[in-house]
Amino acid sequence: MNGSYATSEYLIAVCVLLVTVTATVAALTPEPVRQALVLAMLGTALTLLFTVLQAPDVALSQLGVGAAVTPLLIMLTVRRVRRSSTQQRDRERQR
Amino acid sequence: MSRRLRLALFWAAAVVFAVAFTAACTGLPDFGTLSHPYGSRAIAAAFHQRTANTISSVNFDQRAFDTLGEESILFAAVLGGLVLLRRARDERLAGVRRGRVLPSTRMFGSLLLPITLVTGVYIVAHGQLSPGGGFQGGVILATGLHLAYIAADYGVLKAIRPLAVLDAADAVGAGAFAVLGLVGLAVGAAYLQNVLPLGTFGQLSSGGLVPVINAAVGVEVGSGVVVLLAGFLDQAVEIVSPTGKDNGAGR
Amino acid sequence: MTLLFFLAAGWIFLAGVYGMVTSRNIIRTVGCLAVAQSSTYVLLLAVGFRRGGTSPYFTDTSTRTPVVDPVVQALALTDVVVGATVTALLLALALQLRKRHGTVDPDALTGLRG
Repeated sequence: MNGSYATSEYLIAVCVLLVTVTATVAALTPEPVRQALVLAMLGTALTLLFTVLQAPDVALSQLGVGAAVTPLLIMLTVRRVRRSSTQQRDRERQR
Repeated sequence: MSRRLRLALFWAAAVVFAVAFTAACTGLPDFGTLSHPYGSRAIAAAFHQRTANTISSVNFDQRAFDTLGEESILFAAVLGGLVLLRRARDERLAGVRRGRVLPSTRMFGSLLLPITLVTGVYIVAHGQLSPGGGFQGGVILATGLHLAYIAADYGVLKAIRPLAVLDAADAVGAGAFAVLGLVGLAVGAAYLQNVLPLGTFGQLSSGGLVPVINAAVGVEVGSGVVVLLAGFLDQAVEIVSPTGKDNGAGR
Repeated sequence: MTLLFFLAAGWIFLAGVYGMVTSRNIIRTVGCLAVAQSSTYVLLLAVGFRRGGTSPYFTDTSTRTPVVDPVVQALALTDVVVGATVTALLLALALQLRKRHGTVDPDALTGLRG
């Protein structure tokens, strides 16, 4: 029994490391679109961590929210902001 | 505030936080400790209420009032988001170009769409027994619906997404949670107290109030996330600012 | 060694706040807030873990099985979903900022304008 506890703790350690690294990269990524991609990876890594921490309930909501909804919202916002920037540039060129 | 001053302030605060946080962590019980006094009491209470999923029991029975606050935050955030995202008086709609989709994508999408929706409903309905519940199931329902955008195009997504109904469903779900609490008051117990018949442990109908509140939260979260995403999609794909020479979603 | 699991949460929080402080794009600030927020889930679930415990469902296991702490999981669970809608609200504010002031750089917002 002790052996299997140790294995699961190594698994947890690996997942915590994965989460820490992706979170650090996500926080340091300057460009929002790339950050959205890293956030999707962070969401997936958190899902893995929650699963090995025996929290399937939290993992389920994290999978939907962290890997899909939040990155999608950021991408859509960036797209809207970029579109108004192209409009602005077109306007200035016409003058 | 200059950037340099802001960074200096951050580092000062970070050092204080790091020292205090590390000191606090050394005082915590060890990772993986065997004694969880709150957990043990919550599990005993969940057995008493015949709810097999103790997390659902904590969320929708033992701490239901707290969850009512949480879902009010959710409702307020959705409401505020919609107000900020609605089309302004000087913005207009541009036609959306029909996208081309690979036949294989279309097939997988139309195959997965019903499966995902059924999974979402299943997860909402079995919240009192297995991992799941209104919050998770609602998110799955909302994201699953957007497979239509991937498999077909924006027009199809708009056709299967009755926004007026979902707007109302969001409010009804939020209101239903608050109203369900009155059932307790009506029979002379406390607000949100679990007074419905508890059923048999491990059956779909067990848990009393838990599956009912789960359904209300599932409706609220599902429709709330759909209308929020709809607001953002409209902004990103359809709505054009007044003075621009934008010709639609092609860019 | 096991202290490191808790300290990882502190590190993630600080990384998120650092990102917010140095951000030149309000959309990136919102993303960094999401990172800082995820540190709370890591800390909560690490505190609630129990060596040898399984997940707290008793549908097909004996009621005496040792399980991990369900209270902290319930706390994290609702916050994940509520946090997503709050992120959406902040991004909607960022869009309005872009429309009304023509910028998403917080440093370029010098004063309040009508």
